Amino acid sequence: MFTVLGYEFMQHALAAAVLAGIACGVVGTYVVVRRMVFVSGGISHATFGGVGLALWLGFNPILGAVAFALAAAMGMGVVTRRTRLSEDASIGVLWVTGMALGVVFAGLAAGYTPDLFSYLFGNILTVLTSELQLMLVLDAVIIATVLAFYKEFQAVSFDEEFSRVAGVPAGALQLVLLALIALTIVTVIRVVGIVLVIALITIPPSIARQYTTTLSGMMRLSVALGVALSVCGIALSYVLDIPSGATIVLLGGLVLALVLLAKRLRPTRSA
Amino acid sequence: MAHTETHTSTGTAPAAEVEVVRLTDVSVDYDGATALEGVNLTVQRNDFLGIIGPNGGGKSTLLKAMLGLVPATRGEVRLWGEPPQRSAGRVGYVPQHSFFDRDFPITAWDVVLMGRLSRPHVLHRYTADDRQRAVQALDTVGITELKNRPIGEMSGGQQQRVFIARALVRDPELLLLDEPLANVDTTTQDDIYRLLADLRTRMTIVMVSHNLSAISTYVDKVACLNRRLYYHGSREIPPEDVEAAYGCPIELLAHGMPHRVLRRHD
Repeated sequence: MFTVLGYEFMQHALAAAVLAGIACGVVGTYVVVRRMVFVSGGISHATFGGVGLALWLGFNPILGAVAFALAAAMGMGVVTRRTRLSEDASIGVLWVTGMALGVVFAGLAAGYTPDLFSYLFGNILTVLTSELQLMLVLDAVIIATVLAFYKEFQAVSFDEEFSRVAGVPAGALQLVLLALIALTIVTVIRVVGIVLVIALITIPPSIARQYTTTLSGMMRLSVALGVALSVCGIALSYVLDIPSGATIVLLGGLVLALVLLAKRLRPTRSA
Repeated sequence: MAHTETHTSTGTAPAAEVEVVRLTDVSVDYDGATALEGVNLTVQRNDFLGIIGPNGGGKSTLLKAMLGLVPATRGEVRLWGEPPQRSAGRVGYVPQHSFFDRDFPITAWDVVLMGRLSRPHVLHRYTADDRQRAVQALDTVGITELKNRPIGEMSGGQQQRVFIARALVRDPELLLLDEPLANVDTTTQDDIYRLLADLRTRMTIVMVSHNLSAISTYVDKVACLNRRLYYHGSREIPPEDVEAAYGCPIELLAHGMPHRVLRRHD
């Protein structure tokens, strides 16, 4: 099977898996400890509107996804802060509005749009060089931002109220974090697709949490797990000839289940 | 435990009374309900004020109004004569214990260092001075040996000390504590009281509690809060004030020494 590594499509696939795993490990850690999984799900599904718009107007759907992901993230931040709509409800509205827009735009796009399915469920074997370059830039932005604001993000995540009292600009940082989630989602769309994005954001940090006691430790282990799961998932999907995105997700779910089972059978850390 | 760097000796009343907190006719509407109504309160430097009152009586809201976390719907909140937002660096805050996420992956050390954060600190690393102060604060509350322990694996009393250390690391002139004795065993309660009694020589303390018996000999002024504030600038509260605040008959028992405020069990 190693001859397959010689093909450009497979090299691109593995590079995409690594880049997605890194972004998910870092940002997913915040998503999991701050319980923002469904915020991420809402932003992710909202990007479908951008994908549809791009297919209709004929530009790269990933750029449409970037724009819609950022707009959705900022919208979430502002709506929950400035209106009486609960976070729960605004996630739901965002989720379906994005999907509906995507369906309408894709319908307006003349003719057959086979790409639609690959954006929903991922098709890692068709990643373009330009998309890899974009993913690399997004990873760099994510890592640089997290390094710059690490202690503030930690404080705001742990105790937002205290951070505000201390003079930390908690509201602005919350928006920055939402933007990071949006960018992370974009890096993952090509790997597992819009519908399965929250798996890669949630599963590696959830496994990592079982073995770490600091945010930075959890991030490092999540990155390793995210990369390993994505790469193994692709290999497995190639061998078994099944869809790659779903394979990665199922593999992650299986590993998490085994880890939790192992912890139950042999508890090492008192809760 | 006894970490003392007292600048001024304030055994009895300070020579010049400095007004730290002034609330003038403050009302706060919170989620459509009135949490505070017409509250007037002044706190002088080196006061140790205990605020008691029933759950939902607005005690936390009162502290948050002092911190500028919730805006006053009416009236005026002043710390050292200025709006609370202007004095972030001078106030230490110990929030209500039950609200933090026990599952959050963070060590006691990182929580305490968090107290050094400020707006100008953004984009800068913690300095040697920050770490030095964190070491000192951990020593003051007596949990130096637990500094690398995850917060979720500590007892309620140890966690409370971490949060007090986080407030102290700011070297505050005013310390605000929200229910510091909840979820804490009686031995730790006594320890925390002794710690506060020591701290009061170098800062002004305002402490909130729903438990009347928790307000013990260490506090030198008591106010009673249930939407309205009943306060006479002394440790004694007239029974009618407590009754008005709690809305049920309560007896105040003065057992000579120590002076205690107790609620009768229904």
